[in-house]
Amino acid sequence: MSTLETAEELIRDFAVLRDSERLDLLLEFSEALPELPKRYADHPELLERVEECQSPIFLFVEVDQEGLTRLFFSAPAESPTTRGFASLLFSVIDGLPVHEALAFDLDFPFKLSLSSAVSPLRLRGMLGILSRIKRQLREITES
Amino acid sequence: MPIDIDPSQKFQDYANPGVLVSTDWLSDNLGRDGLVVLESDEDVLLYQTGHIPTARKIDWHTDLNDQVSRDYIDGEGFAAVMSRLGINRDDTIVLYGDKSNWWAAYALWVFKLFGHEDVRLLDGGRDKWISESRELTKDLPVVSTTSYPVIDRDDSSLRAFREDIFLHFGNPMIDVRSPEEYAGERLSAPGYADEGASRAGHIPSAVSVPWSKACNEDQSFKSRVGLEAVYLKDAGLAGHSNVIAYCRIGERSSHTWFVLKYLLGIEKVRNYDGSWSEWGSLVRAPIALGFEPGPIPQLA
Repeated sequence: MSTLETAEELIRDFAVLRDSERLDLLLEFSEALPELPKRYADHPELLERVEECQSPIFLFVEVDQEGLTRLFFSAPAESPTTRGFASLLFSVIDGLPVHEALAFDLDFPFKLSLSSAVSPLRLRGMLGILSRIKRQLREITES
Repeated sequence: MPIDIDPSQKFQDYANPGVLVSTDWLSDNLGRDGLVVLESDEDVLLYQTGHIPTARKIDWHTDLNDQVSRDYIDGEGFAAVMSRLGINRDDTIVLYGDKSNWWAAYALWVFKLFGHEDVRLLDGGRDKWISESRELTKDLPVVSTTSYPVIDRDDSSLRAFREDIFLHFGNPMIDVRSPEEYAGERLSAPGYADEGASRAGHIPSAVSVPWSKACNEDQSFKSRVGLEAVYLKDAGLAGHSNVIAYCRIGERSSHTWFVLKYLLGIEKVRNYDGSWSEWGSLVRAPIALGFEPGPIPQLA
């Protein structure tokens, strides 16, 4: 999961699975969510809370020197689904040029075939994370 | 064979001492015939990361909700879920979960809509079990399917619908959401994911008692005396026998419903599961803002 996957690949990966396997794959993503780098781990106030997720998750977006999107997340181990959502978004958005990240499909969470395994209500949490990633990116590019 | 109730002194003070078990009791009774432990979480993956030995997973969204209509499954659906989980009608169920047992209480409420007799909550839920460094496993229990009977769901005494709210005005109502949600200061901001209601605030005359007031720091329920102070005295429920609780989608309010119904023994307590996500979108439904309950609506 270290290489960047495209959203289409990920959508296809989930589509061919049964619901129980989709949960297993989501759990794999959850466990693969990168740790926060020290500069954020020491400064939790820099992170933005995603209110749409009932579980606490914090995120921070950067644009690096090459103009690529960089995502940072912090979510507790007791919230594996929220971590999984963050990790899925990380796998398809981290490293994208800013204009591509800004144009990223807001409908992506609902194309992952997770509605019956996870429930549409829970999937809204992923949409919340995605919306905030884009908003932070807009704020960076407009400033 | 009925399973004895947990004799812990704390529970004997409650109106129904048999509806809670302690972590000690559960630990001692794991694996007993006729005892089924079920984990019901907000987080759909949490069970897979480790659960109480022998526990089976039940999920509110994917198991107990009707997948088409905004409703719970019917008698046949419930029988199918129970049979798949290897549950018999006379089994003792112990439910526990994350988030201070919100979803465990929610599942318990649904079990009661189907009249399952012996359903108990693990006091303190998953967090307390883990904080005491008790055993967790990733092993899935071997379950033999059963033939749970088809029982019609009975919504009449434990569930309130929006029509019931209008008829209920003048009787006490408890809003168990956060004070910010109650006051109407918090609804999703533009551009963010839709939280499911188009207006903020609370149902007029409902009193704010956030669900967490029922809990100690370790997420176990407060003592009978502690609960009476919160609900009978502060919230003014003393002397009332007909109460409705609501929250956003009905999960936090089933936690409070459990407290009012079983721990304090109030005669008629209903959970309005439509809750704010319905009321806050209902055309012409009266709404109050701010931290005061507001007047009882005068309906034409």
